[in-house]
Amino acid sequence: MTHSSVLSASNMRALPIRALSIFLVLVASMALAIPAYGHGFVGKRFFPATLVTDDPFIADELSLPTISYFKTPANGDEPATRETDFSLDVSKRITENFGIAFGASYVQLRPDEGERQRGFDNVSLGLKYKVYQNDPGEAILSVGIDWDIGGSGSKRVGADTFSTFTPTLLFGKGFGDLSDDMKYLRPLAITGTVGIGIPSRTSTSTVGEDGDVSVQQNPNTLQWGFAIEYSLPYLNSNVGGTGWSPMFNQLIPVVEFPMTTGLNRGASGTTGTVNPGIIWAGRYFQVAAEAQIPINRATGSQVGWIVQLHFYLDDLFPSTIGRPVFRN
Amino acid sequence: MKPLWLAVWVTACAAIATSPARAHAFLDHAAPVVGSQVRGAPSSVTLWFTQELEPAFSTVKVLDTQGREVDRGDKSVDPRDRTVLRVTLSPLAPGTYRVVWRVLSVDTHVTEGDFTFTVVP
Repeated sequence: MTHSSVLSASNMRALPIRALSIFLVLVASMALAIPAYGHGFVGKRFFPATLVTDDPFIADELSLPTISYFKTPANGDEPATRETDFSLDVSKRITENFGIAFGASYVQLRPDEGERQRGFDNVSLGLKYKVYQNDPGEAILSVGIDWDIGGSGSKRVGADTFSTFTPTLLFGKGFGDLSDDMKYLRPLAITGTVGIGIPSRTSTSTVGEDGDVSVQQNPNTLQWGFAIEYSLPYLNSNVGGTGWSPMFNQLIPVVEFPMTTGLNRGASGTTGTVNPGIIWAGRYFQVAAEAQIPINRATGSQVGWIVQLHFYLDDLFPSTIGRPVFRN
Repeated sequence: MKPLWLAVWVTACAAIATSPARAHAFLDHAAPVVGSQVRGAPSSVTLWFTQELEPAFSTVKVLDTQGREVDRGDKSVDPRDRTVLRVTLSPLAPGTYRVVWRVLSVDTHVTEGDFTFTVVP
């Protein structure tokens, strides 16, 4: 979701500062958008689906639901707002190396002052293609593009009237190739993403009933982030048998770092959160929970949270909807 | 979430939970234990997986530090419990050995892994 701000025509000189304020709220919201991402294998490494940072895997899967809560800070005339999102995300392999994704969120806004608002955010579509995989090195690289479809959501919750395209580079690396004297670091892995969010309109203007002109700058943004995870399944299977119950051996502690940095049109600075959490990866689904700790006041001043139930469709329905449309 | 949608979602989850689905085969545990030290040479290596395996496409090898195979090449999936993969060993001298496995679960998902164990006198 995004927030707009109203400027009078005589106050247009204040645009850069207001644009920066708008940008900070905009990018905070973008950083807190809740897509769900893929799981996959590279060699002997299993990567779970991360919650808020994208990863390079092409997969058949469904997140239903993802529920998140975060309080955005007050900004100018706009009060601080509690935002709760209920999201659905599904991805489908077209081939082994190429997949598509769809996401939608129902948003509930509760401002400190003013009426509660509810509605759907813009829906998103995504394409992803795996370009490189190295099984012994547990390394993978993909490229993708996301399309946040402008006007498909409700203005009541601040859905943009313009589209945003985000071409993205995605990577993953496990550390199973570390030497024996560092074997207890082998369960570590990192996934990450770097992309540029490009709005279809550089600014949007509207004229209010009283003749005031509302101008919103829509900057390009650097969308980046990474997730660091420590796989207890990897520890148990490849490093040292833990002797723990299967329940504990399927836990994967994770810390995610979703970030957004402004690139132009008066926008600068970075917003984002640090998300420590835990993923339990079962045979057919995973459950996960993370805290969302804002990195600065422009992002927020309170800790939020996110929880998710995520199904592995390729494991649930391997001979029907859980396999690529076109197989080699 | 409205009651109707909640009911649909709970029903779908129940259907998924009770479906006769299969999944990737993860190594649950092994004998000798992954990363362990064992006194005296074991006569076999046994692996327990989380899923049933396809015997024809599931392999396990045991290698010494020079990469020489020290198992007898008789790997087999237990016909009474198809989650179990076993191979017998030649007499092992003290030292560290690597177990390398690659299995195909019955739904055609491939997984692989390796680990070491050490024989001490």
